[in-house]
Amino acid sequence: MDEPSQTDKVLDAKGLLCPIPVIKARKAIREIALGQVLRVEATDKGAVKDFEAWARQTGNELIGWTENGGVYLFYIRKAKE
Amino acid sequence: MSKANGVKRVALIASKGTLDMAYPPLILASTAISMDWEAGIFFTFYGLDIIKKAKLEHLKVPSLANPAMPVPVPNIIGALPGMTAMATMMMKSWIKKAHVATLPDLLDVCREGGARLIGCQMTMDLMGVKKEELVDGIEVGGAATFLEYASEADVSLFI
Repeated sequence: MDEPSQTDKVLDAKGLLCPIPVIKARKAIREIALGQVLRVEATDKGAVKDFEAWARQTGNELIGWTENGGVYLFYIRKAKE
Repeated sequence: MSKANGVKRVALIASKGTLDMAYPPLILASTAISMDWEAGIFFTFYGLDIIKKAKLEHLKVPSLANPAMPVPVPNIIGALPGMTAMATMMMKSWIKKAHVATLPDLLDVCREGGARLIGCQMTMDLMGVKKEELVDGIEVGGAATFLEYASEADVSLFI
């Protein structure tokens, strides 16, 4: 994926297991404005499927994700108030 | 049946009062809240222990008749005094090591997210439990209260 040119907020959820990363993501996404991008850093191996589902359910856009050395980076654009 | 306003809802029944069985309803409800769903849990029978102030942090893992124990323990050993405490201690040490959320933390997420946490009135009468013995933010109600809530849920599970 092409990383977004700008990340407006970073959420460090490394080392945390289900369901804490999505719970923290909900808090974090509330703190940015529509159109802004949240980057979530996670190591939970279930996070890919979970963040795909989370984005679909919340109506936010999962722009894409990368993985490097077991650390996943999710780029989520706030698409819903 | 889904609600007219399009907001999804999960309605759960928590009927067990062991540490391992307290997690699923709280995890599902807090995750639902993270996805902007509505969530409700009906705490009934031993599930009421999950929302008792004196019990919440002292729920135990049964060692007896639990074939999923990591070190398989014959029931005759599992029945010995101290085995439940040992199984509980092991589970708690994994929870800590793996940074799994604690039950009070998950309950806080549910409360802050506006989950409906319903303590079963009949269970309270049956077991002589007073509302003051329950953690904050609990509403007391019966089966009809829960069913009405669940009738508009998209997901409803008995745990």
